[in-house]
Amino acid sequence: MNPDAATIAAGAPIEVDLTPVAEGQDIKVFWRGKPIYISHRTKKQIEEAQQAPLSSLKDPEADSARVKAGHDQWLVVIGICTHLGCIPIAHEGNYDGFFCPCHGSQYDSSGRIRQGPAPANLAVPPYTFVSDTKIQIG
Amino acid sequence: MSGPSDYQPTNPALKWIERRLPIFGLIHSSFVAYPTPRNLNYWWTFGAILSMMLALQILTGVILAMHYTPHADLAFKSVELIVRDVNYGWLLRNMHAAGASMFFFAVYIHMFRGLYYGSYKEPREVLWILGVIIYLLMMATGFMGYVLPWGQMSFWGATVITNLFSAIPYFGESIVTLLWGGYSVGNPTLNRFFSLHYLLPFVIAGVVVLHVWALHVAGQNNPAGVEAKTEKDTVPFTPYATIKDLFGVSCFLIFFAWFIFYMPNYLGDADNYIPANPGVTPAHIVPEWYYLPFYAILRSIPNKLAGVVAMFSAIIVLCFLPWLDSARTRSSKYRPLAKQFFWLFVVVCVLLGYLGSQPPEGIYVIAGRILTVCYFAYFLIVLPLLSRIETPRPVPNSIADDVLSKSRGKAATAASVALALVVAGGLLAGSAQSAKAAEDDTPPPQKWSFSGPFGKFDRASLQRGLKVYKEVCSACHSLNYVAFRNLADPGGPGYSTAQAAAFAADYKIKDGPNDQGEMFERPGRTADYFPPPFPNEQAAAAANGGKAPPDLSLITKARSYERGFPQFIFDFFTQYQEQGPDYVDAILQGFEDKPPAGVTVPEGTYYNKYFPGHAIKMPKPLSDGQVTFDDGSPATVAQYAHDVTTFLMWAAEPHMEARKRIGMQVFVFLIIFAFLMYFTKKRVWANAH
Repeated sequence: MNPDAATIAAGAPIEVDLTPVAEGQDIKVFWRGKPIYISHRTKKQIEEAQQAPLSSLKDPEADSARVKAGHDQWLVVIGICTHLGCIPIAHEGNYDGFFCPCHGSQYDSSGRIRQGPAPANLAVPPYTFVSDTKIQIG
Repeated sequence: MSGPSDYQPTNPALKWIERRLPIFGLIHSSFVAYPTPRNLNYWWTFGAILSMMLALQILTGVILAMHYTPHADLAFKSVELIVRDVNYGWLLRNMHAAGASMFFFAVYIHMFRGLYYGSYKEPREVLWILGVIIYLLMMATGFMGYVLPWGQMSFWGATVITNLFSAIPYFGESIVTLLWGGYSVGNPTLNRFFSLHYLLPFVIAGVVVLHVWALHVAGQNNPAGVEAKTEKDTVPFTPYATIKDLFGVSCFLIFFAWFIFYMPNYLGDADNYIPANPGVTPAHIVPEWYYLPFYAILRSIPNKLAGVVAMFSAIIVLCFLPWLDSARTRSSKYRPLAKQFFWLFVVVCVLLGYLGSQPPEGIYVIAGRILTVCYFAYFLIVLPLLSRIETPRPVPNSIADDVLSKSRGKAATAASVALALVVAGGLLAGSAQSAKAAEDDTPPPQKWSFSGPFGKFDRASLQRGLKVYKEVCSACHSLNYVAFRNLADPGGPGYSTAQAAAFAADYKIKDGPNDQGEMFERPGRTADYFPPPFPNEQAAAAANGGKAPPDLSLITKARSYERGFPQFIFDFFTQYQEQGPDYVDAILQGFEDKPPAGVTVPEGTYYNKYFPGHAIKMPKPLSDGQVTFDDGSPATVAQYAHDVTTFLMWAAEPHMEARKRIGMQVFVFLIIFAFLMYFTKKRVWANAH
């Protein structure tokens, strides 16, 4: 009953070119059937994410632990609400981040849970920067 | 199952079999000679109703499975083709879908009956626990069945429910992977759900056999709650119980037929007529109505794991009921306090169900928490406490005594009915106020030729609507599930086969590959479907500002708006189900050149009064004089909108006229049948009282 070989093979790492994503924009790619948001954050979003006091967070995690060093402007998160698996909408909610329409969870510009029933931050998928403008997810 | 049978077949062939396999004796002792208490009321007919529903679900399900394709890309379409092309496929599908709801409706009454009359008490504990197991299996089966049409609500319901298991510590994630068969809900999930959905009903049938076996060992409980002692207390199952059950079943079928033939989508969700899309979450995910109380319990607890535990405990607690309630008196009829708390508990369950369907905000969350506490308090505090402090009224000596002194207890029933009415009235008043606030963007109800039990499509309107679709809408919107042959179908726009063929020949259809391996174009035939304006969804999205125009085949069923309480209860009686057409019509007419003061819409969108959020990507599609009608109908936007909506309603449900016509025949038959059963029952029981 575990995933079959073809399903596992289809879940191999993918490469994503970041050049077409302008500042303030984001794209949604699918990897392993899951939507992955790649956001090109604005200065304001980065500052907000870095300056949010950790004590005010439900699932405390510094912004620097959620992005790759030197690539502060890129936020890569799995767009699946940690509550019950809906897809949050980008650029909505009170925290310049994501808003889940199902049960009202709100995430900030670092994908961290700020308000609502979700127990944890949006997960960061395994990824590496192949070059400055290209990442490999998986 | 109730002691050795004295049944002796006289036919030599039957005798031969009976000596080797005493099956006729078993049937005779279980369903003919079996003694049933003579004071059973109609709440006891739900056992028979449930058996019938299970048989019906299996029968319709097996036939549906012959036409269904369990594949993520094809499932939605195959269900639509069952409804459109399979002979009486719409009937099978409606029976199976509404049947699931009816099954749960009957099981809830059956369970509340057991609760009220203490049917779980010694010596029927195992019987009761088997019932809880059946209920759990039913929930699993119902959930997996709802996933099979692979609409938006199927997909997202599956996502939310399977994610519940991820709350389990340590094993959660691996359990979810096993359920999915992949990294997310997808084709493997659909395949295994289909397999299990086919398997579980037979498991249910097996447990039902055990349930009936246990029932026939302990004997039925009865409204007086005293055991049958002498012959005078019982009547043989056949003909007394059989005819009574048949009357109960025929009344239930009338109720069932109301949904099958007149309100097939009343219990469903409009979003499930949109094919599953893993990239878009519906704004408001709601499970089927029969899970709503438990969904409300799940959501009212802020911690994920605790919420899941609470939800499952709400069902598992039923297993312990025989020991939580240790009162010796079975029937709540003789327990003045337990009776009141029982009705309060029913109200709590209904209110939880209502909350489960509402968005989890503000007052609803708080009310949900209070009611969750009430739900558990009933089992864990009220019942154990009552069995210690309550002084029950004296129970009759025997069932025969109970039958003789029947007139008592009427006042209490009246009191509980009054209480229920007061609660309903309070709800009514409360929600009428909240409904007022959101009134101005609700689409205005229109007069439709196809509404009501005798509604028919206006042929001229269908033909005009087709013209509007062809000349305007079809530039961007596909109509994938409608074939040219459908234009000549009975109950449709009323064209002849030749006219439909001529209409089809106007279209260029891509076919191939030919012998050279190349695709080619040829004139359309009646078997072809309306060709889509764009080759694929990405092309459609790219040509329309990033958002693909939706397919219109099901649009009038896939769009709706909240009717709110108490309107949705009135809708059941008036058979109002035209939210979809009202909405589509309102959208087509709701464009305004300038948004009202204080409202701005983003660039690339247009202001529409009735569109949720008011910013729609579609520019105003219709303007006066755009399409000329041959029959002299006014060339106005209002007329276009009305006609094209009528046409799209037909496209969404081409067999609607047949459905309503056959529905009327079935109703006449069922009502006559129910009367016959009633009088036969009176006749049979005349000498038993």
